[in-house]
Formats: sequence, structure tokens, C-alpha cells
Amino acid sequence: MAPFFQVRAKLGPVIPDNSIPMLQLLSPDGTYGVPKEYAKYGEIIDSISEDTLLAMYRDMARIRRFDIEAIALQRQGQLGLWVPAIGQEGAQIGSGYGVGPNDHIFPSYREHGVALTHGVELMSILKMMRGVNHGGWNPEETRFHLYAIVLASQVLHAVGYAMGVKFDGKVGTGNLEEDLAVISYFGDGATAEGDISESLLFAAVNKAPIVFFIQNNQWAISSRVDTQTTVPLYTRGEGFGVPGLRIDGNDVLANYAATKYHMDQAREGAGPVLLEALTYRIGAHTTSDDPSKYRDEEEVEYWKARDPIQRFETFLRRQGINDDFFDEVKIAGDALAADIREQTFALGIPPLENIFNHVYSEEHPEIDRQKAWLKAYEEKMGSHE
Amino acid sequence: MSIAKFPLPDVGEGLTEAEIVSWKVAVGDQVSVNQTICEIETAKSIVELPCPFAGEVVELFAKEGDTVEVGNPIIAVRVVGASPIPVLSEPDAPATGDEKDTGAEYKIPTLVGYGDSGDVKSRRSRAVAAMAPVTTAIPVSMVRAAAASESIMAKPPIRKMAKELGVDLGSVVGTGMHGEITREDVIGSASQASVFKNLTTPDAPSEREERIPVKGVRKAIATAMVRSAFTAPHVSIFVDVDATRTMEYVKRLKNSVDFAGIKVTPLLIMAKAMIWAARRNKMVNSTWTDEEIIVHNFVNLGIAAATPRGLIVPNIKDADAMSMIELAQAIEQLAATAREGKTTQEDMSNGTITITNIGVFGVDTGTPILNPGEVGIVALGSIRKKPWVVDDEIVVRQVTTIGATFDHRVVDGDVASRFVQDVASVIEEPALLLD
Repeated sequence: MAPFFQVRAKLGPVIPDNSIPMLQLLSPDGTYGVPKEYAKYGEIIDSISEDTLLAMYRDMARIRRFDIEAIALQRQGQLGLWVPAIGQEGAQIGSGYGVGPNDHIFPSYREHGVALTHGVELMSILKMMRGVNHGGWNPEETRFHLYAIVLASQVLHAVGYAMGVKFDGKVGTGNLEEDLAVISYFGDGATAEGDISESLLFAAVNKAPIVFFIQNNQWAISSRVDTQTTVPLYTRGEGFGVPGLRIDGNDVLANYAATKYHMDQAREGAGPVLLEALTYRIGAHTTSDDPSKYRDEEEVEYWKARDPIQRFETFLRRQGINDDFFDEVKIAGDALAADIREQTFALGIPPLENIFNHVYSEEHPEIDRQKAWLKAYEEKMGSHE
Repeated sequence: MSIAKFPLPDVGEGLTEAEIVSWKVAVGDQVSVNQTICEIETAKSIVELPCPFAGEVVELFAKEGDTVEVGNPIIAVRVVGASPIPVLSEPDAPATGDEKDTGAEYKIPTLVGYGDSGDVKSRRSRAVAAMAPVTTAIPVSMVRAAAASESIMAKPPIRKMAKELGVDLGSVVGTGMHGEITREDVIGSASQASVFKNLTTPDAPSEREERIPVKGVRKAIATAMVRSAFTAPHVSIFVDVDATRTMEYVKRLKNSVDFAGIKVTPLLIMAKAMIWAARRNKMVNSTWTDEEIIVHNFVNLGIAAATPRGLIVPNIKDADAMSMIELAQAIEQLAATAREGKTTQEDMSNGTITITNIGVFGVDTGTPILNPGEVGIVALGSIRKKPWVVDDEIVVRQVTTIGATFDHRVVDGDVASRFVQDVASVIEEPALLLD
């Protein structure tokens, strides 16, 4: 029987339409330039110190090395699952740096880079993927909320939070100690969910202080973005009254400038905005996925040539940053990898009872029954150790 | 120095096994942390496995092409110093040999998922025989075929019609868009089926006699029968058996999710029983050549098929290596090919033992004649309710007769009896297949 997907395979590689206007400050070959119409974003870059630029690079390299080690740990049976973000470091680190000190972040489940920029212990993410905890960081401290596994649910939470901020009168008062805005991350796949439409509408009519940040990595697991939308995603909010902007997601400076500018605007009371960062997930959707089954090598090559870290390195070298810095970053990355490897192995295997322990706060006969069943099943199968 | 073992991890949320596609290291090689050691294929994808520790490879526990259960070790590495990583489990059995070793052996703890393998036997074997990592290799293509057959495309009215006509949609080749089964496909299939069911009695012909030329399949049948009957001294054995449990088992399999869309019949259990019994009584699965007896350690299982053009005996190659699902599909495929008249010479050669299902014709039993070149054939009679004595009481059970014929030059009476008894005991208690 002919499977349906053969029909779709004829669509060819997923390569975006480059004629659509897009904020890009660093071209793929690492050349910096500010087009006239984007001057306000260029001004933000003008005020960045060299230390901040180097810190951004360090975090991008750090999170990629972390990601590679996490994939290996999953393949060695040490994580139940891993969700790679390789290729999306420009969008994540850049936007993460653009979020202010009071602002709140509502992530999906691939935002390891954003988490890093807001003080989340990277081991916490690994613990979650091992089933040791449910995240484990305190969103009140980091202002980076827990990962949302249910697609698009976090965007509703984010809008609700932003509406609450407005009700509390912490928008546009001019008091920089108190005012805050909210940013929510989601992917191209989530935009097809009703939750996103509801979120856009509620944010618009309440003029909530929120930035919707889409990382359009072209694929919703195995569904191409062009099968989920007929218009560029940054225009998705227009009918609801939410203006949008497309950003080159692999240009860390564009992501930083756009996020900083629009978070500042939202905090000052300008209402919601939708940013679409055009990027690409170089790896698999998760370690359970095999992307070679649904996408062309040609397409992956196109995006590898637009790698965010390589691009930024070229730029920094032209600014006079030399091997000493890049060598140091590499050594630090390997040390991080060795460290998380050791810590992960030391975590132990979470006890099975944990599955049941936090379902209800009180005793529950059905949960007890299931717990007893699983225990008996385990004993029958013998130990895994 | 200690030995660290790497158990096959669950790389894809709930997988229970994987096939080793290729090894990238060999015994004696030095490996480093995260160096690719092998490529595995799971039900989801092909992935590379990185080594969790550095040292010298001392053993590979599975060969390329082997299917390994999640949790069983695939590689052992001699690591320098103590355990390379915190080890939470108790050390395994003490190391043997090398006295420079500390004697400690470690298996790193890994997370293991709970996929629904549906195969109780292999799951249980983990506890019983943790050191026997390799289960029978199942070709991935067959597994995929099983999955594919579950997605039958037919509209509800067509499904209803198929049900009414007694047509198994799993055996129908769809000619519609994307392989959808059409009304015509079902009707075509139904008329084909009625040929074998012989439900309609033809009118008496007006001629007093009809002359059918002896040619083609009929001639081949005759030649084979004569050759067989006059070269091999036949000995036949019969045994009555209570097949109630087999019928229940067939019913359960039919209702199980794993067998959705797959045709399950008593013949399938019979085939499995024969393969099992042939492994226990190897002489029945051999060939006589005057100079030597060739004992086959594989089973190319012949299945006698009635076709519009006569009897043919195609065989299922390496049926002993197949799972129940694969075997069911192979039988179905064999029958469909035979019906369509597309059975090739290759399909019919190199059989090692044969089964003939005369029960479908409503016959209790018969004396089967050996397929030339083989020394054993078993006939499965009809299965029907009969009085049966259980604990000195007469009860109604589903009873059948197993008839078998052997080449007496090769198979002695005791072997023949044991073999038939083995087949019968499986029919009586299919749980023996889990042995």
C-alpha cells in the first residue's frame, strides 16, 4: 500500500522564502550591517560591551557542548529522553540576553539556552529528563518557569501572567525596579494549536505586556511548516491586533536587539508583539526521532551553512578576538561535559514509587492498586540492575 | 582494573529490543568515552551508540544481525582503575581468568522502559538468564510488514461487505488510490474463496465421461507421488488429540492487538508445533541420499496447498527463525501466491518437512505421502466437537487426529512416535511453545 507521506515528499526541501523582510544584522558570512529600516535595533547593538558579546558566545558554545553530551548520555541509558536544541543557540541565547531582570519567561521544552541565561542549573534539566524530578528549579528565583511538555499550554499561562502584571499596575509606570514584561517561547508546530489563537486574542484585547517568541525551526516533529500555515508566521497575530516581526533566528545579535527592544516596549505599556525567529533544528526532534526519515540532506546542509555559532565566531574574530579566547571556551565546554557526565551517573535510578507519589496529596485506593501492580510486575520481570 | 559492562539502553521511550546493525569496535580495541561502538536499529530508527567508558574492549556479547533485549549487556570494557563511574548495583559474578583484575565486574545501571513487547517469554528470560543476551534475530523487514498489514484501507460499507462475504481484508490486495480496497477487490476475492469452499454443487455433466489430459501440475503430482511411494518405505502413525486449548489459543490470538489484520488458524499452531517438535527430534527433518543422511538444522516448512490447478507444496524458508506473527504472515502469503498461480519453482524446492491441512476439507485424517526428498509429513485433520474422556467422565472437547508418515530408512519407529507425540502435546497444550 502506498503510504500517504510519499505524496508530500515531493514538496522538496524546506527552505524559507528569502524575499520576505527579515531583521538580520549579521549575515551568514559574519558581516555586520544595519539596514536603514532597522536602525532602532542597530542602536541597541551599538551599546553592547565587548564583554557581553564574549559572554554571549561563551553561552552559545557552552549550551551546544552541553547538548551534545546530553545526547550521548541518553544513548548510554542515562536519560529517558533528550530534546536537542542544536542550531537554535542564536535565537535562544540572543533573546535570553534581551529579557530584563524582572521579566518572566514561559518556555516550551527545548529552551535550554534561554534557561542558561537565567541562572537555571543545567543539571536540573538533566534530572528532569532522567525522571529524578519535575524540573526542580524555583521559577520565583529564576523567573524562568518550568518546561511545558503540553504544546502551547505555556503561552496561555504566559498571557494570564502578563494580564496579572497589568492588573497589579506594574506596566508603564516608569519605575524600572517594579515594572516587568513576559515572554513566552513556542515553536512553529504550536502555532497550529487553538491555544495560540486564544493567547493572541486575550493578549491583544487586554494590551498585556507580552512578547510571543516563535522559534520557527521548520519542523513540527515530521510535519513541515508549510503544511501548517499559508502565511509567514510573524503575520499570524495581525488579525488579532498583534503586530509581528521576522528575525533571522541564527543571528544572535538580531535576536538580542529585537527581544530587548520589544520587551522594553511591552514593559512600557505598548502591548503585545509577535517575534518569529527563523531557525533550524539541526538534530532530531528528540532522541526518539529519526529525521532522516522525513527530510533531505540538502536542506540540512543549507542550514548548517547558516550555523549561528560559526557566524558569530567569524564576526568576533574580525573584531580581533583570537584563538586564546576560543581555545578557553572549548576547554571550558569539555570540562562542563565531563562534570555533567559524572553528576548524571551519580544521580541513581529514580524509584518507581515516584510515579505515584505526587499524584494525590492523600491516600488514593486506585493509585495504591496501580502501584502494587507495577511492583508485582517488576518483581516478576527481575531486576534491571 | 575492572570490567565494566554496558547494557543495551532504551534509546527511544519504551523500546524493548534492538538489532545490532554493525560493530565499530572489536575485541582488543582501545575505546574512549563517547566513541561510537556500534549502530543499532530499533523499531523507530537507526542510531549510533557512544561508549560510556574508556578502556580495552574485552567482549562483545552480540553479533551483527542479533536482536538484543534492552537491559542485556552488549559490550564489556576493561577500564583502568576502579569503576569508571559511580556504580549503584552490586558487582556481578566474579571475573574469571586474568589475575591482574581486581575481580570486580560492573554493569552500569541504565534506565529501562516499559514498551509493550507482548512477548512474555523473552521478558521473563531476563530474570532467568541474565547472561544470555541474544534472542532470536527477527528480520526488521518482517516486523515492518506486520505493522503495515494493520493499516488496511477500506471504507465502512466495503468492510461490512467483506465481513458478510467472509473475506479477510488482510489478504486482499487493494487496487484503489494509495492501496485502498475497493468493492471490486472484495468481490474478486470472495469469488476466489468460493472455489476452495466448493459450496455449490455443479450440475451433472451430460457426457458420460470426461478425459483430462495428464499434463502440467497433475503430471508433476503423479510423478512425485509415484517416486515417493516407490522409493521411500513409508510408515504412518496416527494419534487423536484434544485440541480445545489450541482453539482457545487461536481465538485469543485473533483478538489480540498484535495480530490485528493477521489470519490466525489452527494450522499456524500446528506449524509452530511441528517446528518445535522437529527441533527435539532432528531426524524427521532430514534428507536421504543413499550415501548419507543430511540432517537439516533449519526448517523449510512445506505446506500442501490445493489450487484450482491441483496440489502444490511450496515451503516457507527458515520457518524456524520466525516469530508467530511472521509465520502467520508467511502462511497467508504462501496461500495467496498459490491461489494466484504465482508459486515459483524456488518456492517449492529445498523443503525439509511438510504439513498438509486436510481438515479444511472436513476429513478426519488420511495417510499422507512424503514430499520427495523429505522424510516426514504431517496431516492435520478436521477439528470438531467429540466425546472425550477427562478424569473418567465423558465431556465434549474439540478433537482432531494427527496423521504422520515417515521414510522408514531414516526415521525409526521410536523417533517417529516421539515426534508425533510432541506435536500432539503442543496441540493439547500450546503453552509448551513458550518453553
